[in-house]
Amino acid sequence: MNLTVNIGKLKLKNPVMTASGTFGYGEEYSEFVDLNKLGAVVVKGLSLLPREGNPPPRIVETPAGMLNAIGLQNIGIENFIREKLSFLRQFDTSVIVNFFGDSIDEYAKAAERLSAVDGIHGLEMNISCPNKEADWRIFGTDPKGTFEVVSAVRKVTDLTLIVKLSPNVTDIALMAKVAEDAGADAVSLINTITGMAIDIKTKRPRLGNITGGLSGPAIKPIAVRMVYETFRAVKIPVIGMGGIMNSSDAIEFLLAGATAVAVGTANFINPSATNDIIKGIESFMAENNITDLNELTGGIKSPQIEMEASGAE
Amino acid sequence: MSKYIRAKITENTPVNKGHNLLVLSSDNIQQHPLPGQFYMIGTDFSYDPLLKRPFSIFRETSSAEGGELQFLYRIKGKGTERMKEMKKGDTVNLFGPLGNGYPMPGKNFTPVLIAGGIGIASLFPLAEKLSGNIHFFYGARTSGELLMLNELKGLVKKELIISADDGSEGRKGTVVDALNVFLTSNPQLLTSNFLLYACGPSPMLEAVSKFAAEKGIKGYISMEENMACGVGACLGCAVKTKKGYKRVCKEGPVFEIGEIVW
Ligand SMILES: Cc1cc2nc3c(=O)[nH]c(=O)nc-3n(C[C@H](O)[C@H](O)[C@H](O)COP(=O)(O)OP(=O)(O)OC[C@H]3O[C@@H](n4cnc5c(N)ncnc54)[C@H](O)[C@@H]3O)c2cc1C
Ligand SMILES: Cc1cc2nc3c(=O)[nH]c(=O)nc-3n(C[C@H](O)[C@H](O)[C@H](O)COP(=O)(O)O)c2cc1C
Ligand code: FES
Repeated sequence: MNLTVNIGKLKLKNPVMTASGTFGYGEEYSEFVDLNKLGAVVVKGLSLLPREGNPPPRIVETPAGMLNAIGLQNIGIENFIREKLSFLRQFDTSVIVNFFGDSIDEYAKAAERLSAVDGIHGLEMNISCPNKEADWRIFGTDPKGTFEVVSAVRKVTDLTLIVKLSPNVTDIALMAKVAEDAGADAVSLINTITGMAIDIKTKRPRLGNITGGLSGPAIKPIAVRMVYETFRAVKIPVIGMGGIMNSSDAIEFLLAGATAVAVGTANFINPSATNDIIKGIESFMAENNITDLNELTGGIKSPQIEMEASGAE
Repeated sequence: MSKYIRAKITENTPVNKGHNLLVLSSDNIQQHPLPGQFYMIGTDFSYDPLLKRPFSIFRETSSAEGGELQFLYRIKGKGTERMKEMKKGDTVNLFGPLGNGYPMPGKNFTPVLIAGGIGIASLFPLAEKLSGNIHFFYGARTSGELLMLNELKGLVKKELIISADDGSEGRKGTVVDALNVFLTSNPQLLTSNFLLYACGPSPMLEAVSKFAAEKGIKGYISMEENMACGVGACLGCAVKTKKGYKRVCKEGPVFEIGEIVW
């Protein structure tokens, strides 16, 4: 049975990765998960300098989901390299570093620095961040900004470059195409969807930051739809995530067009979720006589889709 | 190696209005919890409630079937309402023990425990571990919210002072008021190696911290914050300390009393 998938230059032993920000720097879950079994470990988003993050409360549960406003708290790239990377180097898994910056220059500097150290196999750039160069603009929601920042990073790194897309856009396929044109090796989606919750007794927002990002099962149908649309718009691999709780959810993303998947909020509920999902995918393949996992990618069946596809040719 | 385990409910009974004792048994319980540590517990596989809830270890016992973990919980919202409905023989999912737990006092110290409301759940095992050689201040809003009073009476060898904000039991007023009154009449205690351990609602902990700062008292407080992962991965449970944000689930829940920025 073949579970390996290719993302840029990376060959992952299976399609299951961890979603950035939900798996710390890997060590937090090493008591629960055999990291060697994972397709890739994606670490919490890093910036050049450490960030303090937002005031509490930072998380609040909502129906079938949660809102978070962590505020991109992180220890900074240098501390990560010094204190965390040697732990991750012990494992036979791909290490993908998620990173962000406030400006194009910061993104490029971060990527350059991360590309110069041993033990980092791929980069995932989180472009759902405010852009200091133009206050009103989020890199990930403006095609021009996305193109500029991805191109700048592409110039300074030979590592596999994944661009993580924001779902807070009208046309995700367009954003994916822009990332591809700018040199991305893959796109990952979706990041959290902006939301908010109010305590009706106190009339206060339930998050310290007022708004936050929604994740978990509540967002899965949106994520599946966006993966489906993106898959049909780009040639590069799509990494799907958003509410994956079990192997059935993961397979749904593969059918929609994902080459690999990432597991986020599910880790909180079941700290062994990633390992369980890999096992579940293996059983599904065995039961359905699937010998190569890649057969599943984009395997959604619908007469309507098939007609559109042949019409387009 | 911690594990995500399923455990059977052997008891889930009211101890008082709005509070239950939950006893879980599993042959998979691998680590002995320390007083002040906690577990993340989930009641079922539905997605609402989605996240697990943190509960302090109240007691650890063993039975023929293996280890037994006891929790004392207050029925508060969706998660604990659901938990209340669970029956003997039902299963829950949990992992732990998590967090740091209370540091043991040095030999020459006089531990003084201050529990507010359900804060009793985490301080009770500390009182047991210290064989009752402690002063214990325990307060709640009203008498109906005071739990384990008989057990405490049997356990605590020094002063046990009960209070209720509304005066329906023990002294009227807050636990901090009670502590203040006690120290005013026993000033010699402050000169010895007085060491506070406090757990309770946030406003109480803030009052305790201010009081401790005024009197130059050392000690520890156990903090609460909304949690998602419980293992230090999500950074969701941050509290502001003098050295920046720290994670309640990892660097805490027990912090030095002057460390928190209120
Ligand atoms: C380290 C630690 C140990 C705890 N030990 C105990 C214990 O032994 N017994 C006990 O009764 N309670 C304890 N609590 C509080 C308990 O976790 C909450 O009362 C419980 O999560 C409420 O869930 P709910 O769904 O019933 O309430 P809801 O208000 O519906 O919960 C909504 C969300 O807010 C969170 N939340 C609500 N209140 C609290 C709170 N006080 N602290 C942290 N998160 C909260 C919930 O986890 C949930 O994510 C502890 C909290 C912490 C952080
Ligand atoms: C607490 C938390 C922190 C996150 N931090 C980051 C981050 O630093 N960088 C990033 O690109 N995405 C971050 N995300 C988004 C996740 O990686 C993922 O895209 C999203 O949660 C959807 O997947 P899920 O529903 O499986 O959690 C975070 C999500 C959560 C819940
Ligand atoms: S609850 Fe996730 S870091 Fe503490």
